Amino acid sequence: MQALGIDVLFKGTNMERIIEGLWVSVRISLIAVVISIVLGLAVGALMTRENIVIKAVTRAYLEVVRFMPQMVLLFIVFFGSTRVFGWNIEAEIASIIVFSFWGTAEMADLVRGALISIPKHQYESAEALGMSDAQTYFYIIIPQAVRRLIPLSINLITRMIKTTSLVMMIGVVEVLKVGQQIIEANRKSSPNAAFGIYAVVFLMYFVACWPISMFSKYLERKWN
Amino acid sequence: MNFEIMKSYLPLYKDAMLLTLKIGWLGIFFSIVIGFVCALIRYNRIPLLQRVVGAYIELFRNTPLLVQLFFLYFGLPNIGISIDAQSCGVLGLALIGGAYMAETFRSGLEAIDKIQTESALSLGMNGWQIFIHIIVPQAVAVSIPAFVANIIFLLKETSVFSAISLMDLMFTAKDLIGLYYKTIECLTLLVVFYMIILIPVSILGSIVERKVRYASFGD
Repeated sequence: MQALGIDVLFKGTNMERIIEGLWVSVRISLIAVVISIVLGLAVGALMTRENIVIKAVTRAYLEVVRFMPQMVLLFIVFFGSTRVFGWNIEAEIASIIVFSFWGTAEMADLVRGALISIPKHQYESAEALGMSDAQTYFYIIIPQAVRRLIPLSINLITRMIKTTSLVMMIGVVEVLKVGQQIIEANRKSSPNAAFGIYAVVFLMYFVACWPISMFSKYLERKWN
Repeated sequence: MNFEIMKSYLPLYKDAMLLTLKIGWLGIFFSIVIGFVCALIRYNRIPLLQRVVGAYIELFRNTPLLVQLFFLYFGLPNIGISIDAQSCGVLGLALIGGAYMAETFRSGLEAIDKIQTESALSLGMNGWQIFIHIIVPQAVAVSIPAFVANIIFLLKETSVFSAISLMDLMFTAKDLIGLYYKTIECLTLLVVFYMIILIPVSILGSIVERKVRYASFGD
């Protein structure tokens, strides 16, 4: 244990600090996930509209998010926007903004995909049965779309959790950064701490994401 | 926005882009190799190896590249394995990419109906012929969209290499901002250079997607 540097974890308050760091990551991803799902549903529904202006705007939004690495977006919001507008935002707020912006686009794309994957005859049959628009959506379209949507959006959640590791690059003290601090603080007493600490952080992310992605696979198999 | 300054930064960004591209494409090449081998192992259900590959795929799909790189670059030297930053970048990208590619290829292979193999058998083809002439062409067509998405994802992921002190686009931008405080110019160039890398891939991807669509049978 000494050689692998796991023992450092149990010294002093190191374990508490790592868990606090983990909580920061979880908090950022939870807030961003909730915002993305709510906004994503709205934007996704908008995207199926035939209006050309709406189509162009949402399309451009989607492409921007798809092309820019999340790290670039983080830099733009954290360093760029503060410079241009002269305001001051905390790194954590900046990362929530970026992940919500990114997550909303991804979620909207999933919603759009789920909605247009419903064959047209479903709408037509509902109309032939005399259902109103609202009834068609509530009883016919949404129940079917949700089944396609849920496994994919759970997958998106794991992607968002994984992406939170990037926030350390703009100075948020989350789990990876805390790990780095602990390694540096114990450089003298246990020079091998890096292996153990990073292995633990690696496993923490795995433990957070793996059950979620298994659940999404299970739902996919059950519903398809 | 000061264009003179931006012009003077161009050579630095160009070098950085070349490094990003070099590591990116090497990593993607190896990830395709790893992904293909892993997909074949899982598709053919080779005992034991199948489990190992399954564990590898789950482990790397469910952890961020940044954490993997930290482990490879800072953690491994503690147990006597030192890898230089560039190889580390290629290795990290190849490992995470391999896990994603393996899933893509496998779902492509498994999407091919059993009736295809049976028909080929009844035409007197042997196992190898069936695989090369029947399974692979169709599997490729099925997995191309996800494959292109993977490549774009991996090229975007290269942005975390700056964390292990590789002089890539992100590192250059951060460095220049720190040195001269020309934030807007640096970030604009950063966006432009990422677009130079990613837009051709995306366009090429949609062309290839359209080309191979004929192979998907029946719809």
